[in-house]
Amino acid sequence: MTPFSYQRPERIDQAIALHGPQSRYIAGGTNLLDLMKENVLQPGQLIDINGLPLREIEQTAEGGLRIGALVSNADLAWHPQIEQRYPLLSKAILAGASPQLRNMASTGGNLLQRTRCYYFYDTATPCNKREPGSGCSARDGRNRIHAILGASEHCVAVHPSDMCVALAALDARVHVEGPHGKRRLELVDFHRLPGDQPQQDNVLVEGELITAIELPVEGFASHCAYLKVRDRASYAFALVSVAAALEMDGDIIRRGRIALGGVAHKPWRLEEAEELLSGKRAESECFAAAADRLLQGAQPLADNAFKIDLARRAIVRALTEAAGGTVR
Amino acid sequence: MDLATSNEARASATSGPESVAISLIINGKLRHMSVEPWVTLLDLLREREDLTGTKKGCDHGQCGACTVLLDGRRINSCLTLAVMHDGASLTTIEGLASDATLHPLQAAFVKHDAFQCGYCTPGQICSAAGLAAENRASSRDEIREHMSGNLCRCGAYPNILAAIEDALPTLRGQEGAQ
Repeated sequence: MTPFSYQRPERIDQAIALHGPQSRYIAGGTNLLDLMKENVLQPGQLIDINGLPLREIEQTAEGGLRIGALVSNADLAWHPQIEQRYPLLSKAILAGASPQLRNMASTGGNLLQRTRCYYFYDTATPCNKREPGSGCSARDGRNRIHAILGASEHCVAVHPSDMCVALAALDARVHVEGPHGKRRLELVDFHRLPGDQPQQDNVLVEGELITAIELPVEGFASHCAYLKVRDRASYAFALVSVAAALEMDGDIIRRGRIALGGVAHKPWRLEEAEELLSGKRAESECFAAAADRLLQGAQPLADNAFKIDLARRAIVRALTEAAGGTVR
Repeated sequence: MDLATSNEARASATSGPESVAISLIINGKLRHMSVEPWVTLLDLLREREDLTGTKKGCDHGQCGACTVLLDGRRINSCLTLAVMHDGASLTTIEGLASDATLHPLQAAFVKHDAFQCGYCTPGQICSAAGLAAENRASSRDEIREHMSGNLCRCGAYPNILAAIEDALPTLRGQEGAQ
């Protein structure tokens, strides 16, 4: 690792004031330190935010939950309120990483983890995300794990998080604080598509800090499923993952949500696809129609055409599981 | 924070890399030390504290050989900085046995021959101790899933699984008694 200076402020405003162009906030550090060891990132200063008061999980005025950005992935997944009211989130978190990493990784940091595109990690190869303007090695290289939706000629990387896929399906919100004050964003608007600025994973501006994630009241607790398809049974990133959440009235779907992971630069949702579920009987034809709509416009690369079929089947299976009732 | 204070804070922030004084309780002993910010907890244990039981496998959080217990919870010591843990309590493989008595997991690993080369073993055992404390895995499938952060290149998994399964009731009994 390249040497850097280290500060540990105790207040949010101090942390933000310390932040400059060469700074990085560090919470769990599980992705940041890995990238620093690979020289993908070389910050001049780390601002350790573990002393900030961001570890609470509290009820919001509207009856949802506000999760402090420093709550660990493990504590969040196993929090009684999350297990009971938002099992989709709990399942998605537990499908990711390893127990050791989940004990370290923070809620805010999970949103900010970088892509696991091999070329992004390999400083000997061009990568527009790591070095804007240098080119994309994945587009015509090995691209089995890469995007089928929302990619650009500049970048075909996917966002690696499982947690964010569930948060997208749950309509979560992100609270941030920065040099220009506080703001609240919809999670689905937090991450961005690569376009011609793939170096920007999300809409945060310099110095902004995630302070909390907010969950609305509706947790789809009785009918949800998180299905993750990967190259081995555990401890691997998703080739495709699906967060499915349904509100049922007998065997009729009142409304449904579907979010995909492993297929794009951000968790993938489409209202038009979800509308195809509303008022329909929960059966495979209806699920397949929603899957086809959600995957409309998918563009495979040389090695990842399989992801389109895989995603279609995974969506149908996840919706079928959700309709049958959440597996506790 | 006003602009002057903010600039002052920024100036002190960029004053250059300096060692930081920290205290850690390592295997029950209070240790005071001064470390550069970029020293990982793993390197501190191995290079400064001479506790080489904790292994460096991949150094990227992928293999679990560096697993230790931080305030009772299992973590990858390669992916965290020592300076971030001032005041914390650490348990490494060297701290699990009490005097001449092996920790139940150590005894079970011997009994079930749960290793070949042994390089992953300290991490496997510390991870299993963390698993026992979490109390989320009982069945063989659950133990497999909750041990997925620890790789064994020799492929001793069946015996590792048997050892952990064997030791879990003893460990849970001990916790219940405390």
